[in-house]
Amino acid sequence: MAESQYSFSLTTFSPSGKLVQIEYALNAVAAGATSLGISAADGVVIATEKKLPSALVDETTVQKIMTITPSIGVVYSGMGPDFRVLVRRARKTAQTYYQSYKEHIPVAQLVRETAAVMQEFTQTGGVRPFGVSLMMAGYDDNGPQLYQIDPSGSYFAWKASAIGKNMTNAKAFLEKRYSDEVGIEDAVHTALLTLKEGFEGQLSGANIEVGVVGPNRSFKVLTEAEVNDYLQEVE
Amino acid sequence: MSIFSYNGAAIVAMAGKECVAIGSDLRFGVQMQTITCDTPKVFKIHDKLYLGLSGLLTDAQTLHQKLMFRHNLYKLREERDMKPSTFGHMLSNALYERRFGPYFAAPVVAGLEPDGTPFLCGMDTIGAIETAKDFMITGTSPESLYGMCESMWRPDMEPDELFETVAQCLMSGFDRDALAGWGAVIHVITKDKVISRTLKTRMD
Repeated sequence: MAESQYSFSLTTFSPSGKLVQIEYALNAVAAGATSLGISAADGVVIATEKKLPSALVDETTVQKIMTITPSIGVVYSGMGPDFRVLVRRARKTAQTYYQSYKEHIPVAQLVRETAAVMQEFTQTGGVRPFGVSLMMAGYDDNGPQLYQIDPSGSYFAWKASAIGKNMTNAKAFLEKRYSDEVGIEDAVHTALLTLKEGFEGQLSGANIEVGVVGPNRSFKVLTEAEVNDYLQEVE
Repeated sequence: MSIFSYNGAAIVAMAGKECVAIGSDLRFGVQMQTITCDTPKVFKIHDKLYLGLSGLLTDAQTLHQKLMFRHNLYKLREERDMKPSTFGHMLSNALYERRFGPYFAAPVVAGLEPDGTPFLCGMDTIGAIETAKDFMITGTSPESLYGMCESMWRPDMEPDELFETVAQCLMSGFDRDALAGWGAVIHVITKDKVISRTLKTRMD
């Protein structure tokens, strides 16, 4: 079809006005493990499936949720190595901000800067877009916030959303269950139930990762034991 | 002749009860010669934040313009005014960036934090920052200014008292300074307004 004639170069628009490489990058994201986030009244939770290629992989060394600042964490769906590059950049942006202003970077500012990096890679020669969508969660003076950033560099604030393999079903599930008044504890339960929907096999602390930030503004990745405790509450 | 006493200046900032005041002299001179007496050295950044700059006037003016540039961009991006403490750190960082070719200006930052507490800080020409709870001065006669402030400052002064104190310290401080004086301007910043007063002093 005519579209594919324009899919070789990133910086060439197709006749329908699309940048085909970005569409394909979104395909890479949709093939990745499911991740989701829920913004509650008093905090944000993000979670992801930690699907490992084999039982022989040491899952304690695999980290899918990373901290950018003490109050901001991020999870992804898509290509792991691309994610790590973005995390490095985001951490550097956050530290540069702290060095100038001696104030922690607000979530929206970090999202903007990271999205700008992702956009750069859709307009420069010789590079390809990042094959990840990010879910950034943080708590600052404007309260709890959850943002999704796509390979194109567009970003959206969400009350709750999912990315990756099972995202349509997950989003439908979240739409039914979301309410503005949920507290952070309920949000964690909802996140686990949503992950359970599309999960093949039994959920446990070893095959999912959960990160939470509350009014204490301290983003923490939950330990395996803590995740198991929440899972028990949800059973 | 020192580069810092080429133009001459006297700046005093003091903290009171939920208010700050900052004032400067009005002389613009080139060594011995006085050019004008309507050049304040205190600049407004936003309603609750004022910046005083002493030293070489060209550097003070350029620094002020660069800081306005940075603050305007900050306001557009973050949709809020910069907190005085944040501004102080940004200024310190900006000065140190020019460590080996510095701006010959010594700033004093005076403002009210979002929760109403007074904020005062000063730094040297390469950005060594020092915060104070009472007063901050800079200029070509620091000993006189320090002496006056040290003896006249009291905690928890109301805006009107604070104005009188800053006025007396500034005026007596620059009376013995050939390079500063020729009138003064003082801004008193409170939660809901800023009162600016221009003083007529000895014109010498």
